[in-house]
Amino acid sequence: MKKPPVVTRAVERGLSPFRGRRAAHLLPQARLGGPMPWVIAIMVALVVLAAGGGLALGNLADRARGELAGSATVQIVEADPALRAQQAQAAAAILSQDSAVASLSVVPQETVAQLLEPWLGTDDPEQTVPIPALIDVRLRDGADAATLDRLRRLLVDHAPSARIDTQAQWLAPVLSALSALGWMALGLIALLAFTGAAAVWLAARNALGANRETIEIVHLLGGNDDQIARIFQRSIFADALVGGVLGLVVGSMAVWLMGAQFAALDSGLVSGGGLETSDWLVLALVPVGAVVLAVYTARLTVLASLRKML
Amino acid sequence: MSGAESEVVQFDNVGLRYGTDREVLSNVSFTLYPGRFYFLTGASGAGKTSLLKLLYLAQRPSRGAIRLFGTDVITLPRERLPAYRRRMGVVFQDFRLVDHLSAFDNIALPLRVSGVREADLQGPVSDMLDWVGLANRADARPATLSGGEQQRVAIARAVIGRPDMLVADEPTGNVDPEMALKLIRLFEALNRLGTTVVVATHDVHLLRKVPDSLIMRLDKGALSDPTGALRYPPRRVGAGE
Repeated sequence: MKKPPVVTRAVERGLSPFRGRRAAHLLPQARLGGPMPWVIAIMVALVVLAAGGGLALGNLADRARGELAGSATVQIVEADPALRAQQAQAAAAILSQDSAVASLSVVPQETVAQLLEPWLGTDDPEQTVPIPALIDVRLRDGADAATLDRLRRLLVDHAPSARIDTQAQWLAPVLSALSALGWMALGLIALLAFTGAAAVWLAARNALGANRETIEIVHLLGGNDDQIARIFQRSIFADALVGGVLGLVVGSMAVWLMGAQFAALDSGLVSGGGLETSDWLVLALVPVGAVVLAVYTARLTVLASLRKML
Repeated sequence: MSGAESEVVQFDNVGLRYGTDREVLSNVSFTLYPGRFYFLTGASGAGKTSLLKLLYLAQRPSRGAIRLFGTDVITLPRERLPAYRRRMGVVFQDFRLVDHLSAFDNIALPLRVSGVREADLQGPVSDMLDWVGLANRADARPATLSGGEQQRVAIARAVIGRPDMLVADEPTGNVDPEMALKLIRLFEALNRLGTTVVVATHDVHLLRKVPDSLIMRLDKGALSDPTGALRYPPRRVGAGE
């Protein structure tokens, strides 16, 4: 009888890496496949939409805050037009002398009337309701409460009908709502990430169950947990990559279309919520995050399962 | 060389129970030495497979101590166990071939797990296929192989890595007497190359086919020693009491 062939130095006793195509070949059914790329694509598309919306809202709020920071409006609420004009002139003169005021402009009454036209009609509004005089004020160091109090005290003698408010105060509820929407987008992203991880966890467990016999054989032949986990990681990596790219394309197109729709509204506030180049780069990172999350989840799932074996 | 280093296997007062059932192995103590050929016999249900599972690290005992290649494998961290499994070749009772892999790939599996490069394993695997008489069935899937052919693939897979110890659970259970003898001769050839061989069988006729073998007998989970296999130096079959 012939002697059995000797595999001499070729056989390493150490734990060499067992990965790549030949490792994947070991478990052809380990491909998490099936619906997994589609599930990941949907998750990524939704995250891109949520992130795109959140970033756009953030930009909108930032722009509004930037524009309104340091802005204040002085209203002269006086029924007598002559007295109103007199107080407006006096207030403008006092404020222009103050070091806290960078610039100011008295809004012409015609402009105020035009602004009110949609509500009060084209007839002379003065005949209907008294229209306050408005002074736009830009402050040097922001419109803080102490400065505003000081300006109020300055005006009280010469323009007793003057009311001074920051423009940010008017928009505070809007900015608060935008901030809430931004947090909601973040929460949605966290939920989607959790759901995606749960889907990968289920798929990895199913794949493990379907290949339990083969895994046990590899385990008993000396395969270690890391080698077996790598096989599944490779599989989920391919699925997550395909799904991630698909989801990014669909999600980005949806974000772009939504942006174009809002831009078409030609509203100063809404059109300020466009995405910057850096925002698009953040969106491009979503599939990378999805791949990392999926691979890491699959690895943890497989390792946890393998640890139950001796 | 110390005693612990020269011993391949040492069981000390090992007991095994599944769940809360009674022990399937009780107070099993024995020592296996390198380069010997051991038969483990006993009736069906005597605990042979359970003992072999402990041997090839598929199961932990409920109590007692097990040393493999001089190392206490009971207290060894589980991440270090694969290195010990790679020193063993196992022929499972039900072969446990990977269904979707060809005969070639099944035999190559231990080498691939060990990190052998593709270029380095082509020759040895082909030689092994030739050695077990399956050179023309290299691409066949297990489902298309006969029971005897599957058994030879399982044996080839067990010995391809030139293990320090070969453990075979009823390797001749599904083959005719002629094939059984041929398989035993394969084990003998490997044993002559220095591999410790442990064959579990309930076929008493097989025991006489290997004159230098040592016999351990399991009866209802307890081990007896008809040939002095468990003593040192062990007695040989036919050497007389």
